[in-house]
Amino acid sequence: MGRLGKEYKKGEIIARQGDKGSCMFVIQEGEVEAVAEAGGREFRLRTMGPNEIFGEMALFEKEIRTCTVRALGPTRILTIDKRNFLTGVHEDPSLALRIVKTMSHRIRDLTDRLAKYEEAT
Amino acid sequence: MPESQGGQDVSISAENLGFTRRQERTPPLRNTVLADGSRIAVIGAGPAGSMFSYFLLSMAETLGLDVDVDLFEPRRFCHRGPAGCNHCGGIVSELLVQRLATEGIILPHDVVQRGIESYMLHMDVGDVEIATPLHEKRIAAMYRGNGPRESEPLDTQSFDGYLLELAQEKGANVVRRLVTDVRRDNDLMTVACADQHSERYDLVVVATGVNSHLLENLEGEFESFHRPARTKTFICEFRLGHELVRETFGPSMHVFLLDIPRLEFAAMVPKGEFVTVCLLGDRIDDDLINRFFSSPEVRNRFPGGVIPQQACHCYPRINVRAARPAYGDRLVVIGDSGSTRLFKDGIGSAYRTAKAAAKTAVFHGVDAASFKQHYAPLCRKIGNDNQVGKVVFGFAGLIQKTRFARRGILRMTSNEQAQTSRPRRMSGVLWDLFSGSASYTNVFVRTLHPAYIGSLVWNLVAGNVPGSAARHGRASGEEESHVRR
Ligand SMILES: Cc1cc2nc3c(=O)[nH]c(=O)nc-3n(C[C@H](O)[C@H](O)[C@H](O)COP(=O)(O)OP(=O)(O)OC[C@H]3O[C@@H](n4cnc5c(N)ncnc54)[C@H](O)[C@@H]3O)c2cc1C
Repeated sequence: MGRLGKEYKKGEIIARQGDKGSCMFVIQEGEVEAVAEAGGREFRLRTMGPNEIFGEMALFEKEIRTCTVRALGPTRILTIDKRNFLTGVHEDPSLALRIVKTMSHRIRDLTDRLAKYEEAT
Repeated sequence: MPESQGGQDVSISAENLGFTRRQERTPPLRNTVLADGSRIAVIGAGPAGSMFSYFLLSMAETLGLDVDVDLFEPRRFCHRGPAGCNHCGGIVSELLVQRLATEGIILPHDVVQRGIESYMLHMDVGDVEIATPLHEKRIAAMYRGNGPRESEPLDTQSFDGYLLELAQEKGANVVRRLVTDVRRDNDLMTVACADQHSERYDLVVVATGVNSHLLENLEGEFESFHRPARTKTFICEFRLGHELVRETFGPSMHVFLLDIPRLEFAAMVPKGEFVTVCLLGDRIDDDLINRFFSSPEVRNRFPGGVIPQQACHCYPRINVRAARPAYGDRLVVIGDSGSTRLFKDGIGSAYRTAKAAAKTAVFHGVDAASFKQHYAPLCRKIGNDNQVGKVVFGFAGLIQKTRFARRGILRMTSNEQAQTSRPRRMSGVLWDLFSGSASYTNVFVRTLHPAYIGSLVWNLVAGNVPGSAARHGRASGEEESHVRR
């Protein structure tokens, strides 16, 4: 049977912290982890599975990738080009709705974590 | 809450009437905004009808609006052969794969018969492979039904069946009936079926494609409506077996630029153990089909240069000019039965028109004025782009007729493919033209770029100097070939 996207093996890096990005990713199959590197250490931010998106910030700003995403096993990832995405949003702004929802989830998650961190320190 | 009118009477001026019934002034509509309990009939569960239902119900859910959607479709997509098939080449464009993924719809692996990552352009002067810079499979080859007539019961799922399932999961009620008539009935619409069943609705969405008699009936019922202009096409399937398909066709769609009058686009699409051949143009007939299959470029694709027996074939029609107007009070026409891109990404147009119509119905209203303001601009945009598309196909026709031009294009494309560092102007134009990834206007504008024109002129000269080593560039069929000849 056919499959879409690009294949990654376990441990392979899909997006690297510090690199410039011009696309977003959608997981077709498999699981990935997002890790942030700071002070020579790695912190796992989250794991993600089929149909989840990552790298979405690159669609809106020119900044570099804020974390590294790597495959936790055999994985298939579909790339969404910035140009295609923005052309689509221009015609149909509701195309961005799911990304807004994902970002809002992540902000909520980070706020919770920050609150817990503040409490602990 | 929906923005406009708030359920009040809306008086209708002549200019925004859209579909008007014969010999009758349409009275002002009541309740032109969808409310809890509103009933919507969607006629046809091809990509347009299913996606309309899916998006409308998703948006309604977000707003907390409780509406009923009846999706009329007599065809069962689980059947093999014509009974389950909506007759098409079966390519889900790169653009649409990305848009659907962004919407949260990923195509399961049993729907995707093959992931496509390159185009192989075949011409009498040579072949060249145009690959994506990312080497990623972003184009899907699929079946609209459950495979060709002669296929074994496969462990596959039809594309249309999958979209229909998504619509059902959102709450659409599938009605297995053929609709024969749509009438305006006082303030509402009546949908009548072949078995005499009839029901009244607040909104009727026509998504029957171009091959339906219902469009003729609508022309009879509504004086201002003109159904789309259509032309005949050809599709057939060859069963070659998994191994041979993989070896001979690889993960590529094969496109042919041949000097055959009236042939605008010819492609072979590998799918599992089958290969689909698809011919588009002006009145495709047996003479044209025979000329296509007798050309060496086509015969050489098959083992021993012999064209095998066809497992399945059909002559579906394709929309070549949009329906006018594609909307009226409580009535909207989407997908192929309304507007679509000329010869490209028809399913992508079904998605775009379906979503625009759903957004209009949920957020603005179901009267002609709302559709005119929020839905018609997309149809106009598609129509205007098709005008540019006709010019682009005109140029492609000139290239088809001129060997001199074909040599230049082959040389320019193959040199670009061999050098990753330089801009791939011709490859990009051809890629977007074949895959439908950009509008015709965008493709056309790029061909006016001085660097594109300069490079083309140089390649036309260099590609046609007799005996020159530079003549062929690095075409496949020489050392770069990915296809066995
Ligand atoms: C030769 C050819 C090759 C093509 N190749 C491609 C391609 O590779 N990629 C691509 O994107 N597009 C392609 N297209 C275009 C594509 O097929 C259409 O754009 C697409 O199918 C339009 O979807 P739709 O839902 O509007 O109509 P359809 O797919 O035609 O679906 C209409 C549905 O309505 C149902 N219906 C009809 N009448 C009634 C009725 N009276 N009552 C109830 N139900 C009814 C039908 O059973 C059908 O299921 C091709 C077209 C042709 C002709």
